[in-house]
Parts: sequence; structure tokens; C-alpha cells
Amino acid sequence: MSQTVLLEPLLRTDPMLPRQAVVRAIKPEAYGITTFSLEYSEPDAPVGFSPGQFNMIHLPGIGEVAISIASDPVVPHVMEHTIRYAGSVTRAFSRVKVGDTVGMRGPYGNPWPMELAKGKDLMIVSGGIGLAPLRPVILDVLHRRGEFGRVILLYGGRTPQDLLYTDEFERWQEGGMELFVSVDRADETWKGQVGVIPMAFYRIRLDYRNTIVFSCGPEIMMRFVIYEAMARRVPKDSIYVSMERNMKCAIGFCGHCQVGPSFICKQGPIFRFSAIESFFGKEEF
Amino acid sequence: MVGSALPRVSATVILAKPALQRIFDHLCESGFQLIGPTVRDGSIVLDSIRNLSELPVGWALEQKAGSSHLLRTHATDYFAFTVGPHSWKRYLFPPQVEMLTARRNGNGWVFEPTIDDTPPFAFIGVRSCDLHAIAIQDDVFVNGSVRDPHYAHRRERAFILAVNCSTVASTCFCTSMNTGPRARSGFDLVLTELPDSFAIEIGSEAGSNVFAGIDWQPASAFDVGRVSQITQRTERQITRQVTTSDLPQLLYNRIDHPYWDKLAARCLSCANCTLVCPTCFCSTVEDSSNLSGTHTKRTRLWDSCFILDFSHVHGGNIRPTTKSRFRQWMTHKLAAWIEQFGRSGCVGCGRCIAWCPVGIDITEELSALRSLGAR
Repeated sequence: MSQTVLLEPLLRTDPMLPRQAVVRAIKPEAYGITTFSLEYSEPDAPVGFSPGQFNMIHLPGIGEVAISIASDPVVPHVMEHTIRYAGSVTRAFSRVKVGDTVGMRGPYGNPWPMELAKGKDLMIVSGGIGLAPLRPVILDVLHRRGEFGRVILLYGGRTPQDLLYTDEFERWQEGGMELFVSVDRADETWKGQVGVIPMAFYRIRLDYRNTIVFSCGPEIMMRFVIYEAMARRVPKDSIYVSMERNMKCAIGFCGHCQVGPSFICKQGPIFRFSAIESFFGKEEF
Repeated sequence: MVGSALPRVSATVILAKPALQRIFDHLCESGFQLIGPTVRDGSIVLDSIRNLSELPVGWALEQKAGSSHLLRTHATDYFAFTVGPHSWKRYLFPPQVEMLTARRNGNGWVFEPTIDDTPPFAFIGVRSCDLHAIAIQDDVFVNGSVRDPHYAHRRERAFILAVNCSTVASTCFCTSMNTGPRARSGFDLVLTELPDSFAIEIGSEAGSNVFAGIDWQPASAFDVGRVSQITQRTERQITRQVTTSDLPQLLYNRIDHPYWDKLAARCLSCANCTLVCPTCFCSTVEDSSNLSGTHTKRTRLWDSCFILDFSHVHGGNIRPTTKSRFRQWMTHKLAAWIEQFGRSGCVGCGRCIAWCPVGIDITEELSALRSLGAR
């Protein structure tokens, strides 16, 4: 019909249509966790992202999955995605090779408030793979270290083998970051702290008047991070968390990622704690 | 006025009942696919129609909590029935729509959008509650920062012939939701069925244009009065009432209430309510490949917050219990929606009440929660 001709330019702008992205590098990080560097191969693809944003990565025939961007925002073209082989789509990533093309769209989501952190002590608290969306924050801070006060990273993993980016820790410390790493269960190789990461709050003195907290990890971990931060009088407005929910579209159509009135894909994934306080941690909400 | 002048927008005209067929023909000839109510599968559903005779003349739906029965009546009215299980979202936001294809090309993929060749729709007999439901889905799919081209393509070309309700089901509560029974906007034409003729208000240029070559008379003050009388009578017949002034807080204050457990003991988590709801918009996507894996279709399908997998993330489901899923549906529909889109997600059509297999009644549950106090 004649209408189909009219329609074509409309559908070319389909926000759900992935673009081709080429796998530039693959780096194993930990057991079952791998970092994939992806670059759009289409000339009109969006360039650049902010720390905390995510992409939708599509493996045709298998599905699409939301993965946060874990790389340096100063390098806008190649975006690294640290993926844990957990579900059907992420497991299929174990068969992806360098040079392959996958589908990708993004970046999406509300980023970490880097501007608000300027001049403040920045406390980054993460657990497990929750360090991935905070790595762009760390790399960004290290480029302009002088703009921030103290920069403290509290990072916890289940076992020493689950820790990410361990080869970069030294460089981060040399760049002026205080690093506290802890594992829930140690083995004979581990010489560091043992225990859940909120307990690391007891090893630092923070200036609550001038501290901003960025946290990403399991919700139960973030609950205790918020508890420990507020116990030290850090205001709710200075605590930011990254939320995770099932996501099918990333643009507010599919309804899957709602928590109360918020769509995680649009108002999140990064939230000021005071903005979601009434729904945060509600059982099965 | 035979074929000469077209009625002006916002005017009301009188049309002999059989002449509505001329309007149907006119729309068909202009390339529209007519979608209207018709009797099928033991109910009144929406389907492709061409003729007045396909409308459910002499049929009605008797609806109450947990039941909807098709009844023979002796009425000769064309539109004297109430809403059935289908809503217009079936056509604007179809249960299944192919979005794109991916074709293997060496060790990569080429992604192509699927071209929608659906002809434009002319919706026949849209009730005021459903007009509001369409406006609510517009909020989701086209009025936000991102436009859904699949919805927009169907929506923008649709012709809407609305109907002012003259019959009421016991499940109707549009007066409480401020969505009816009289259609106020969002239509090309709105028809009120009088005993001897149709009174039709012109809502747009497109609505006026279908009168080309058709006999119509300007409505007299008496006719306009009859239209008001009918809609006022309908309004009085709607007895189901629900208070909404204390939403969204009413539900937010009861998120941990044990009453949700009682509700969950009755709810089958079947998702019927979300499927018949004219505003529920949740969807999922599915890939299907050919056997060699070189060609994949990506399809968008209706989904429901009552489905266990809906909230699945690695490690489990956020809402593993019926209680949490029912609570999600009801708090989203009646509370969170107001904050998201500035109006309630409920239009008071009563479909979820009639089509719930165990007769859960959202209006009664809201009242029950209110009477139980915050917790």
C-alpha cells in the first residue's frame, strides 16, 4: 500500500533498532566474568557516555541484555562491558570472539553526579560486579584528581577470585585513591581483610559534612552501606545508589524495570537515595 | 443538505440510522480498515467489519465480578451494549508485532527495521472510557521523550468514531475516574444513538469530510437536548463508586499491609486483568531464528507483571509471590501511574472486574484497603 512508503523514514528512527558494534578486545577478569570492548561500526552512531550509563547489547537469536559501561569516558569510542555469565544471553557471550559483530544501542540512563562530587570527599562502595559501573567514575577522577577531596574505594567480593580489575589497583592507589578491599571468604593466598564491605566503614574516619557516597552492588549490601553512612551522619541527599531490574527496552516502554513510580532505565539506574527511600529495600517490591 | 455542504467541526448533525452504512463505505473506500464490535466466541469482540449488520444488534453483555455473559435482547439499537474483553490497544499496540530482523553477514549481523504495512484503522464505537485509555497509552508511547514508531504509525492514521454510552454494566465506574460516560474529546466523530436516528457530533476535519455526499440534517435544539438526556440518564445508572482523592498515598501507605496476603490467596496470577486492561502497556521481546541461525526476527509481545519471569534478574525474581505481583499491578495502576504520567492508569471500564476468573474487584479491594488503615 501507499502508506508503506510514507512509513519507512519513521521506522528508520526506531529507538529499539540495534546498531552494529564490533568486538575489539576480550579480557577475562575473574571466574565467569569477562570484559568485552565494543565499538560501533556505523558512522552515525552516538559517541560518548557518562559514568554510570549502560548499553543494550543484542545477540541475535538469543536476546538482549542491559550492561553498564565499565571503561574510561575519556575514550568515548570503545566501550568496555564487564559481563558475568549468569543468564541465557550473558552465557552466550562466552562464544563471542574478537572481530565478531553484535547489536548494540545506547548509552542509556541517568549517570553518577560527577559534578556534585567535585570538591568533596568521594566514597565509592561496591560489591562484586558492582564495581563495573563505578570504574568509569574512578578513571574519570584519576584524570582530574585535584578536583576532588579524598577518594576512597571500599570494594568487597565473595572470594579473592571474584575480585575485578585487581591488576589496576596499584595504579589507582598511586593516582591518589585510598583502597580498602575485603572478601567474605578468604583462602590461603589472601592476606587482606575478611568480612562484608559495610564493615570497612569502621576503618575510616569520614567527614560527613563533605562526603558524597556512590554505591553499587547487591541491594542487601547497599542497604547496609546506606545504614553505615547515615550512622555517620552523611545526609540522604549525599548518597547515590545504582539499581538493577529486568529490562527489555531501556526507553520506558516495556514496564519491566519499574520500582514504584520510577523507571530504572529513565530516572535511574543511578538514584539519589532520598529520591527512592520509601521504596528502597521493600521486600519483593 | 444533500452532498452539498459538509458539517462544520463541533456541530451536531442528525443522520438516519441506515445512512451510517454510507459512512462505513466512505471510510472503506478511503483505504481504512474498519474495526468494530461484533458477536464472536460467545462474546462481543472487536474485529474487522464492513457492514452495519455485523454490529451486535440485539445482543448485550451482562457483566458482574467474575462473569460476562452474552445475552439476546429484543432491542434494535446498534450500540446498546457495554465493553467486551477486547480494547483498541489490540490494534494500536498489538499483542504481537515484529520489530526488526537480523541477517547474518560474514561474522557480523545486519539489523533491519520491519516495515509495518497495516492499513489505517477506523475504530467504530469507541466508548469514552476507551478514548481516555487511548490517550493514556499515548502518554506512554508518543508523548514522552522517546517515540515508539510502531504505535505512532498506527495511532496517527486512526479514524475514531466514538459512541456515547446509553447502556451501563454493573462493572462500569467511569464517573468515579472522570472518564465518561460522555465523550468530550479525542474523536473524529461521536455518535449518540437516539430511538429513530443517530446524533453525531463532528470532532475533526477528517470527521466532517466523511459526510461528503451523505444526507444529513443539522441537529435541532431538541435533538441536542435528547443527547444530553441520554448521557445524563446513563450517568445516573452508574452506581459503582470509588474514591480516588487519597491516591497515590493511600496505597503507598499500605505496601506492607497483611491484606495483600488475603488478596493473593484468591488471585490466580493468570494475567487476565492486564490483558483486558485498555491501558496496561508492559511488553517483552522475543527472538526467533531460522534453523541455520542466519536470520532472526525480533518480536514485541504483550507481557504482564503477573508473570513470574517478568521481574527476573540473575539470581532470581524480584517478585516471586502472587502477593507481590498483585500489589505491583494495583499500586502501579492506581498510584505510581499518577506520578509517572500525571493521571491514573485506570479508566473505570470494569473489564478487569468482569474478566477476573475469581471475581477480584479492584474497586472493592481499594475500599477494603482504605478501611483497614495505613500499615
